[in-house]
Amino acid sequence: MSDTPAIELRKINKSFGAVHANKDIDLVVKKGSIHGIIGENGAGKSTLMSILYGFYHADTGDILVNGEKVTISDSKAAIAMGIGMVHQHFMLVDNFSVLENVVLGAEDSAMLAGGLARARTELKRLEEEYELRVDPDALIQDLPVGLQQRVEILKALYRSAEVLILDEPTGVLTPAEADHLFKILEVLKNQGKTVLLITHKLREIMAATDTVSVMRRGEMVATRETRNTSMEELAELMVGRSVLLRVDKKPAEPKAPVMEVENLTVTDSRGVQVVKDVSFSVRAGEIVGVAGVSGNGQSELLETLSGIRRATTGTLKINGETIDLGNSTLDAADMRAKNMGHVPEDRHRMGLINSFTEYENSILGYHRDPAYSNGLLMDLGAIRKNAVAEIEKYDIRPPNPMLKTANFSGGNQQKIVLAREIERDPEVLLVGQPTRGVDIGAIEFIHRRIVELRDAGKGILLVSVELEEIRALSDRVLVMFDGKIVGERGADAEEGDLGLLMAGVDNNHSAVEGGVQ
Amino acid sequence: MSAGQLPRWVDLGLIPFLNLAAAFLVSGLVVILIGENPLEAVKILVWGSLGYVEGFGFTLFYATNFIFTGLAVAVAFHAGLFNIGGEGQAYVGGLGVAFACLALDQYVPWYVTLPFAILGSAVMGAAWAFIPAWLQAKRGSHVVITTIMFNYISFSLMVYLLNNLLKKPGSMQPETRTFEDGGRLPFLNDLFPSLGFGYAPVNLSLFVALAACALVWLLIWRTKLGFEIRSFGANATAAVYAGISPVRIIVITMLISGGLAGMMAINEIMGSQHRLLIDFVTGYGFVGIAVALMGRAHPVGIVLAAILFGMLYQGGAELSFEMPNITRDMIIVIQGLVILFAGALEHLFRPTIVRLFTPSRDLAAKEA
Repeated sequence: MSDTPAIELRKINKSFGAVHANKDIDLVVKKGSIHGIIGENGAGKSTLMSILYGFYHADTGDILVNGEKVTISDSKAAIAMGIGMVHQHFMLVDNFSVLENVVLGAEDSAMLAGGLARARTELKRLEEEYELRVDPDALIQDLPVGLQQRVEILKALYRSAEVLILDEPTGVLTPAEADHLFKILEVLKNQGKTVLLITHKLREIMAATDTVSVMRRGEMVATRETRNTSMEELAELMVGRSVLLRVDKKPAEPKAPVMEVENLTVTDSRGVQVVKDVSFSVRAGEIVGVAGVSGNGQSELLETLSGIRRATTGTLKINGETIDLGNSTLDAADMRAKNMGHVPEDRHRMGLINSFTEYENSILGYHRDPAYSNGLLMDLGAIRKNAVAEIEKYDIRPPNPMLKTANFSGGNQQKIVLAREIERDPEVLLVGQPTRGVDIGAIEFIHRRIVELRDAGKGILLVSVELEEIRALSDRVLVMFDGKIVGERGADAEEGDLGLLMAGVDNNHSAVEGGVQ
Repeated sequence: MSAGQLPRWVDLGLIPFLNLAAAFLVSGLVVILIGENPLEAVKILVWGSLGYVEGFGFTLFYATNFIFTGLAVAVAFHAGLFNIGGEGQAYVGGLGVAFACLALDQYVPWYVTLPFAILGSAVMGAAWAFIPAWLQAKRGSHVVITTIMFNYISFSLMVYLLNNLLKKPGSMQPETRTFEDGGRLPFLNDLFPSLGFGYAPVNLSLFVALAACALVWLLIWRTKLGFEIRSFGANATAAVYAGISPVRIIVITMLISGGLAGMMAINEIMGSQHRLLIDFVTGYGFVGIAVALMGRAHPVGIVLAAILFGMLYQGGAELSFEMPNITRDMIIVIQGLVILFAGALEHLFRPTIVRLFTPSRDLAAKEA
């Protein structure tokens, strides 16, 4: 290993107006290492990587690549210096083949054929050298996400990247796929490449990196050899205080079922069955977790139960009332009237209207409640008073109900949604991805609120793709794969066991036996 | 896009001003090209529209039309719908006004006829918007396409009705009989002779238009329906999540929008022409789109933008009279430039202004 670092950043500063996104950042990335950068949302990780990849220019400070001072004017320049990036959201053309995607933007000449032939040879070499096997003629849309990510990595390697930046690469992967990705990174490292792994997941840092740098509020607060640190220490460095990584909760004391779903089948607009004959129940005073890799029907399950999407067949018993979901015309407002709250999976797309003020969002879905109207007109006084009360109770910052929700951080946005849904005292709460894009401090708070609601005797259905979250909160775990519930486990479910179920592997000897019911 | 990051005075004042200035600058170049003095032209335009009371009366008369059609477009905007059928809805709205006036004018005074005329125009305008609204809500047929097609249908329908059913007996003109006093709104000049509005057709509809502005403001920002309309327009997925029915919102919003467009006919038919005739809308419906864009879909902005376009109509007429080189077509070019800069090129200066005025946003943090 040569002594010259692959990347060195010296006193990098970047401000966006009053916000100092990067303060005097120093970073040394050794050649041929896997270097993790961890930090909460808004800590400045993305800004720093954008500077390195040429999207932004540092206000002051130097970038050294292989010991030489450089100016990275745009991403083309970054690529020319051997820096490649794998984005969180893949930059692939769905209806192009793997080969076409790899070549896209790096075609040698106006005519495609010659370039494509050369690219095919080169791709084959890369695939063998780095054990990144993908069929070059497969269409992207036919590939699972794990393979799509591989194509992104191949794209960077095809452009002769020596340094690979991966931005939150495991968000869409199963635990098994994530492990596979880490193996690939290991191979890359052994072939002399340098990897920068940006993540907020402590587990991944511990599993995959050699060195880890922690960012907090725009500053680089520490760099550690991964083998000499622990998750607890890193979490404390990230947040600036000690945090509880486990959720403190008593065993559940479940009572009678408050929600029973029977034989639910949902077909999407393309005519594909996305939820297949699903039956389960949620009892008062318990949290039922639905684990599964994103896209296995959990979203559709939540949307159907909350009245947003129509079911093909199935019945729902809620608070003793039986609803034939196959012929139901109940919409989300009707379901709320039946005391069902819903924290949706995607707060930007569904849970909030970002161009609206905080107080307007605090009644979204409950705006027809007579408490908020004054004859024909809305009672803005009552609405704002309620918003202020929720802001106080949930410690939403900044405590300003007149601010547009777009201007709140992810954690505070999520608290706005959570406050709105929990404070109406629902009997059943549907929760999707409650802590996606939320910082650790807020995660702790949100988890506590959900457990408190359980302890108050409400039934909670929790959908999350974060296995750790499912395991930390759930009293019972259902695993969804390909639209079906493929297994049920108790609160003490093993991660490996759940991971196999999530991948559709049914280790039948222990099926359902571990479940509570 | 980054609405809400700019100080209000920049968003509502500076940007429209810059757009307008750019439009006049380019218009000035056109005036120079045809050999006239642009400063002189501006002087005539402003004098003709604001400089004397009668001219100002004409400006207000045109502005009244623009307020109605501008509000119509704005209400639909708030639900994320682009109703460009104001032209046809206003035209058909004329039928409602005419029915009320023809039925009542000989028996009751104008103030009894007026509520019926308002109701008639709004119902007919709304009815004309209903089919496009229904097709959008139920079938997904885009209102931009259907409303514009309904404009052409309305042109033919009105010609047919006026020629075959409504024409005054014994006349060649495709128009109804002239209304009696019970079907005529008072001119401002008759109400306030001392102000000297002269022959300007500005009439009581101006106050109907201003009342409509106030009601639209209340509807959009203070009622549950307005909340639902804005929710649907800003984020349709979130609206469905909140239990708001898209079908209901699309249909109701389009009905309100069509009704407002239809009410424009009160000004033209009951306020000025005193008979139903062909082609009385002559582009007011289309200009309403520019008025709504420039007025930021807010009633106050719409009143200001409506006055601006009223000035262009009135001042432009004076200009083509004073400067024969500047024909009627040239005035349309200038109006077109204002629409172009205020509407279509609304984002020409915005990115620069946003950069100048947004000190405190961590763009990177918001990226993901």
